[in-house]
Amino acid sequence: MVPRGHDLDTLPAVMDLEQLERNAVGYFLRAGNPANGLIADSSREGAPCSIAATGLGLSAFIVGVERGYLTRREAAERTLAALRFFRDSPQGEEPDATGYRGFYYHFLDLATGRRIWDCELSMIDTAILIAGILSGGCYFSAPDDDEREIREISKFLYERIDWAWAARDLAVVSMGWKPKAGFISYSWEGYSEALLLYLLGLGSPTHPLPAESYRAWTTTYQWENLYDIELLFAGPLFIHQLSHLWIDFRGIQDELMRDMRSDYFENSRRATRVQQQYALRNPKGFKGYGENCWGVTAGPGPGFVSQREKGGIARQFYGYVARGVPFGPDDGTLAPWAVAASLPFAPEIVLPALQHFQDAYPQVVKDGLLTSFNPTFDTGETGPAGWLSPEHYGLDQGPVAIMFENHRSGLLWNLMRECPALVRGLARAGFRKGGGSSMR
Amino acid sequence: MNPTLLPGDAHDADLLAHVRPPDWVNPVPARCYNLVVLGGGTAGLVTAVGAAGLGAKVALVEKNLMGGDCLNFGCVPSKALLRSARFYADVAFSGKFTGGDPLPSEADFAAAMERMRRLRAQLARRDSAQRLRDLGVDVFLGTAAFVDPRHVEVAGAKLAFKKAVIATGSRAAQPAIEGIEEAGYLTNETVFNLTVRPRRLLVIGGGPLGSELAQAFCRLGSQVIIAHQTPYFLPDEERDAAEILAYSLRRDGIDVRLNTEVKSVVRQDGEKRARLVNYDQDETIAVDEILVGVGRAPNVEGLNLEAAGVEYDLKHGVRVNDFLQTTRPGIYAAGDVALAQKYTHMADATARLVIQNALFLGRKRLSSLVVPWCTYTDPEIAHVGIYVDEARERGFRMKTFTVPMSESDRAVLDGDEEGFVKIHVREGTDTILGATIVARHAGEMINEISLAMVAGIGLKTVSQVIHSYPTQAEAIRKAGDAYIRTRLTPFLASLSRRWLAWSRG
Repeated sequence: MVPRGHDLDTLPAVMDLEQLERNAVGYFLRAGNPANGLIADSSREGAPCSIAATGLGLSAFIVGVERGYLTRREAAERTLAALRFFRDSPQGEEPDATGYRGFYYHFLDLATGRRIWDCELSMIDTAILIAGILSGGCYFSAPDDDEREIREISKFLYERIDWAWAARDLAVVSMGWKPKAGFISYSWEGYSEALLLYLLGLGSPTHPLPAESYRAWTTTYQWENLYDIELLFAGPLFIHQLSHLWIDFRGIQDELMRDMRSDYFENSRRATRVQQQYALRNPKGFKGYGENCWGVTAGPGPGFVSQREKGGIARQFYGYVARGVPFGPDDGTLAPWAVAASLPFAPEIVLPALQHFQDAYPQVVKDGLLTSFNPTFDTGETGPAGWLSPEHYGLDQGPVAIMFENHRSGLLWNLMRECPALVRGLARAGFRKGGGSSMR
Repeated sequence: MNPTLLPGDAHDADLLAHVRPPDWVNPVPARCYNLVVLGGGTAGLVTAVGAAGLGAKVALVEKNLMGGDCLNFGCVPSKALLRSARFYADVAFSGKFTGGDPLPSEADFAAAMERMRRLRAQLARRDSAQRLRDLGVDVFLGTAAFVDPRHVEVAGAKLAFKKAVIATGSRAAQPAIEGIEEAGYLTNETVFNLTVRPRRLLVIGGGPLGSELAQAFCRLGSQVIIAHQTPYFLPDEERDAAEILAYSLRRDGIDVRLNTEVKSVVRQDGEKRARLVNYDQDETIAVDEILVGVGRAPNVEGLNLEAAGVEYDLKHGVRVNDFLQTTRPGIYAAGDVALAQKYTHMADATARLVIQNALFLGRKRLSSLVVPWCTYTDPEIAHVGIYVDEARERGFRMKTFTVPMSESDRAVLDGDEEGFVKIHVREGTDTILGATIVARHAGEMINEISLAMVAGIGLKTVSQVIHSYPTQAEAIRKAGDAYIRTRLTPFLASLSRRWLAWSRG
């Protein structure tokens, strides 16, 4: 069985895991615009709002309240500001609207909440946002006016989303839409974080995704045996985490998981082990990789440059790309936050890895877990950590806060177990209580 | 000189002497042929030579060049060029092999092209009109057209037949891009005539041809932009494979533009300006040449197929059933003109099938063929059999045994650790349903899987076959080993432990 219920302070270690959780929640307090509730994508000066970071923030506030990092009243105020903003901001085909058909643009101006950078109307980022909104709707259950309004608006915003439109006639959900160009041609193929999107879309009482859309998507799944570990494959680690922030998949199975006698939680546990196995093998000889030094996922890197090491090896580095194992791209960039967000799945390998980061690369845990670092990249400075991400991202800090808490108390999992949208979505996707995994 | 070859080039003159002899005189037609073959490409050649070898009286008609697309404008010249390009890439990345500083790697483009033309002419002997005549085939050079369901006319001669095979192949599809005809562009039929490296090259289409030649030209020193209309290269391939390819092309220095449509082209100030649109991004780029690889069109025009009662359409070609019979009994089709899978080895395989079905009352089915294919980029991408989504649609539960090439000692030693072997088996069995291999020599490696599938050999047996060490194909055996380990259930493992404990005494 998976070891569970570890409390962070039971680890005999010098590193302060409680502080990491506090720092992760703190990101959203620092990066939020109190006027409209929007949360900045990153800690970079002038960073825009990311709707995904905003959704993660809404759930992180709940963690913060339960851990005493902020008051329930403050969390409710911040949540209500965001919900009112999304309710009242323009939805339409104009290029600077906030959203369209209940979906929202990926990035918004932090002050005005209008679309920036010609970015796309993002289905997955809207799903992350709405998951955060729904978590607020579930958590703020008091009879006072603010909390009642949170519940009402969260229901309204969820029911306004036209998921059926996003599936077009193809039963396959597009990844995005743009005002002039229409739907972008990428659609979801293979197991991914879109699991959350499909479940929320299927659960809608107003504009649901067609039931066959889930089956159409899951036909593209690939069940693989890699390093003697059997799993539903996806390269980047975050894919195996994102849907799990809000859904406890332990012991529930859809058709594919029934066929394969596993579940999505167990799958993420295996995916975490694949990451460790890859780092142990370290096929490209990157510095640092090993039993307790792993974690390859999408995120920023040193940039699109090449360097030549002693011995003639030319290394190509990347900026923001969807890194993954074992097929890459991999340029030696590791994401400590992604290791931390796997805590509920595999604490027995995650905790030693976090300890290793603390011991070998103290900079990456100093002010909260760093987004990424690359020991292989030569910055010209001494020190083993190499390149360090200059910013923290909401997309990283949210999973750390939520998954640490899920591991400790199951907070978001328990909360969302009562969320009607997810209950309906899981049922329509064919999830039922299962017999558990045969291979734990 | 044929307009698709290089005027004044000695190698191309040599090629022409084989595949379109200037002094060729068509033979006097026989009273009636067992088989008339329309088209002298791979499908036509294999059909004609095979049938003649079995004693049939055979006529073959070729409109243009014997050897068809494969020899003249396809596999042969492109692979010659790819080899030169790979050499220069190895030199450019020589630090990986020498441990030292990279060596100077400026490519000699003209020499690489000349090498290609020399090797093409050398290989042309096998497909030459003279060789066919020596093997007993009546070779007619000229344009063939059906007169009726029993006769074909060529260069004034009327050929009577009992059976006929349409094997006229395919050609590069015309791009529907505003202004491109006026501005001019290259296809696989003209690109091999270049003697001067285009400094800037736009490749339209990220299919096999576009991907291969984009990489080759980049490695030979051109600045290459590749524009592909959909989100992934090689849309039929597994996403992991297509993504590895996209990264490989980018690493080589190619400017990869996915989801990008070329809206228009104009020639201006001695260069070609192409308007590229990616959703709401609209950009005009300037290049020296444009290479188009946007698919293939079947060669069905001018054959007067209506007179023979053979149904066809301009997109899918000649309509055939599973036995490769056209809608007119006695007339068959093979190769690109009738198949969705337009590969030389499919032309070859369907030709063999047609010989049996047309001449020996055979009932061989197209659907029974196990068909591998390969895109010869670096790394190569090869596939055989079923894909994952197909399996689930057909109700199969499938499991994939994946071995990264970095698990192969030889691949690591060769510096070829990029890629993977993925072998799909039916869940609960070792029956191989298909495989995808991404590796430097994936095209060679896939043949082992094809053999296993045709012979009904399971993954368990593959594991028992001794593979030479160290070879890259050992990655296939490792997939078999992984399968074997899944059979070691906890019960069997426990039995084994108890037995060994008892054995120790």
